[in-house]
Amino acid sequence: MQVDQIMIVGVNHKVAPVEVREKLAYTGDCAHPVIEIGKIPGCKECCFLGTCNRVEVIFSGVDSEETVKAVRKFLFSRSNLSDEEAKKYSYSYTGKDAVNHLFRVAASLDSMIVGEPQILGQLKGAYREAREHKSVSLILNKFINKSFTVAKRTRTETNIGGSAVSISYAAVQLAKKIFGKLDNKKVMIVGAGEMAELAAEHLIAQGISEVVVANRTLANAITLAERFNGSAVSLEELTAELESVDILISSTGATDLVLKKEDLKPLMRQRMESPLFLIDIAVPRDLDPKLNDLDNVYLYDIDNLKDVVDVNKSERQNEAGKAERIVEEETLKFMQWLDGMEVTPTIVEMRQKIDDIRQAEIDKTMAGLGELSSKQKRSIEAMAGAITNKILHNPILFLKSDTASVDQQMKLQIVREIFGMDSDS
Amino acid sequence: MTFLFPITLLSYILATTAYLVYFAGQKKEVRTVARGILFAAGIIHTVSIVGRYVEVGHTPITSMHESVSFFAWAMTWGFLSFRWRYQVKNFGTFVSIMVTILMILSALFSQAVVPLPPALRSNWLPIHASIALMANAFLAMGFCGGIMYLLQEREIKSRKFGIFYKRLPSLEALDNLNHHCLSIGFVLLTLGIITGSLWAEQAWGAYWQWDPKETWALITWFIYAALLHFRLTMGWRRRRAAIISIIGFSAAMFTLWGVTYLLGGIHSYAG
Repeated sequence: MQVDQIMIVGVNHKVAPVEVREKLAYTGDCAHPVIEIGKIPGCKECCFLGTCNRVEVIFSGVDSEETVKAVRKFLFSRSNLSDEEAKKYSYSYTGKDAVNHLFRVAASLDSMIVGEPQILGQLKGAYREAREHKSVSLILNKFINKSFTVAKRTRTETNIGGSAVSISYAAVQLAKKIFGKLDNKKVMIVGAGEMAELAAEHLIAQGISEVVVANRTLANAITLAERFNGSAVSLEELTAELESVDILISSTGATDLVLKKEDLKPLMRQRMESPLFLIDIAVPRDLDPKLNDLDNVYLYDIDNLKDVVDVNKSERQNEAGKAERIVEEETLKFMQWLDGMEVTPTIVEMRQKIDDIRQAEIDKTMAGLGELSSKQKRSIEAMAGAITNKILHNPILFLKSDTASVDQQMKLQIVREIFGMDSDS
Repeated sequence: MTFLFPITLLSYILATTAYLVYFAGQKKEVRTVARGILFAAGIIHTVSIVGRYVEVGHTPITSMHESVSFFAWAMTWGFLSFRWRYQVKNFGTFVSIMVTILMILSALFSQAVVPLPPALRSNWLPIHASIALMANAFLAMGFCGGIMYLLQEREIKSRKFGIFYKRLPSLEALDNLNHHCLSIGFVLLTLGIITGSLWAEQAWGAYWQWDPKETWALITWFIYAALLHFRLTMGWRRRRAAIISIIGFSAAMFTLWGVTYLLGGIHSYAG
């Protein structure tokens, strides 16, 4: 009997440019993609994952070129590409390769920014929708759930999502290393600029309570301050304002220094030596490099932050290697389970399970009965054996029968569930 | 029960090794093992101290061997009880190293049982000596916190992230840890001095006679009192607090050992 295979047809940022990706099927289509895919002959279960960087159709069914082609056709139905071209811009995996692929996707090893955590949430969402449309059952349920655990394992056992790989996020992490929690902290933005705003946004997301904006033109400061629900001051008030600021992000276009060591030094005593984290994103620099010599002042300029990011990136690459090994290992384990999803191994496994129970119960009974003649022992064993054989007779017949009305996978699922054969995970 | 001492020492060495392995690899399972070993070591240590109590017939904190061992014991349980309240990343590694060093020192001192000098035959002995040693234990934890602070701050300040940046908690958390340890340590130190003074009145007829040990205990007390006071009024926190907690602990250790071996005086029994 031909066993069902797991297959994936997909497109991601590596194989297709955005012009192609934007013309693919997506979840917003009036009929949910899983309904359409479910109609394709040879496709039994399916799940549809669509994000801005990738579209994946995860399905199970009989492995045939026609099925894959039909899925691909559906995927590219909104574009006017021929199947030849569509093939070029997509990939298709079967069996072990498909398993490995989804595990890598879930673990964020296939992402544009390796280790970014959103993909797992997106996959969970896709799975939830597939469940709502009842387009997944035994195999994909097990498969996709397994991909979640694999992703979780790579996160706990490696540091793949640990270190910041963008400048603004690196600044947030540093702030956390200095202040611990960021709530009740006050941040000041000097000047304007995309990166300063981005860093401020990150900090606010981390619970920063107060934002002050200082700018040469007060009007600009007010506009920006409104965006962050903060207050605005002019550049002249900067030093005075610093008395209560914890984090300062500077990115003015000024050619000379905005803050010098001598300006800040007397303030540190008034600040009761509470720490000050200075982030200088401007080129040329706004903040006096000598500021870092002051106690409890930590100054990072753009190059320092870039260095942090570079170190983190190479570290993340190392961690990705470790995660790949976990994915390999889990792929093999999952393939073993999948192989067991055929009739013969299931019968063997079921028999083993019942035999174990029989043996355990015989041992327990024998121990309680005291001295028995070997004839008595034999008849007890024979009785137990007869009971188990008779119980197993019908389930085995059920599994071996080749009725077209009941799906083979369904039969396996029923038997496996009744006998609790997949309860370990 | 003397055989328990080497077993205790060995368990501490084992716990420290496990904590160092955890420090290097940051695997949670290793930390659980390390904690387990430290906990077991703490229990064996307790049994060993009780055993010695039965053996010598008085609270075993008179000889240098006994008091340093008690010091290490107090530090272990101080840390374990602390951990129950709140957690500071990788603090265990530093504490276990410190405890092991103390235990090795304790092993180097003579383990012979000496009869109790008449002046020490008092109910004040267990009270005063154990409070003073527990004060040392918390001050030692503050010392560990101070070292951790300086290591972490050095990496943040120099912008060169080495082995500590990731492993140690935030500067804020380390400063809080330091303060927490010192607050408890300071209260115990104060109580230690007060009980000592009450006992001195009973044994020698005067509350205070500027014996070297008394003087140095007072110097230590002033260092910590200044730190805790100026923390509130002048913001002596963080780096300064870390440095002062290291200086204060050095003074406390001088009170414990330096005075006994270098300065003498009537208070110097242990040896």
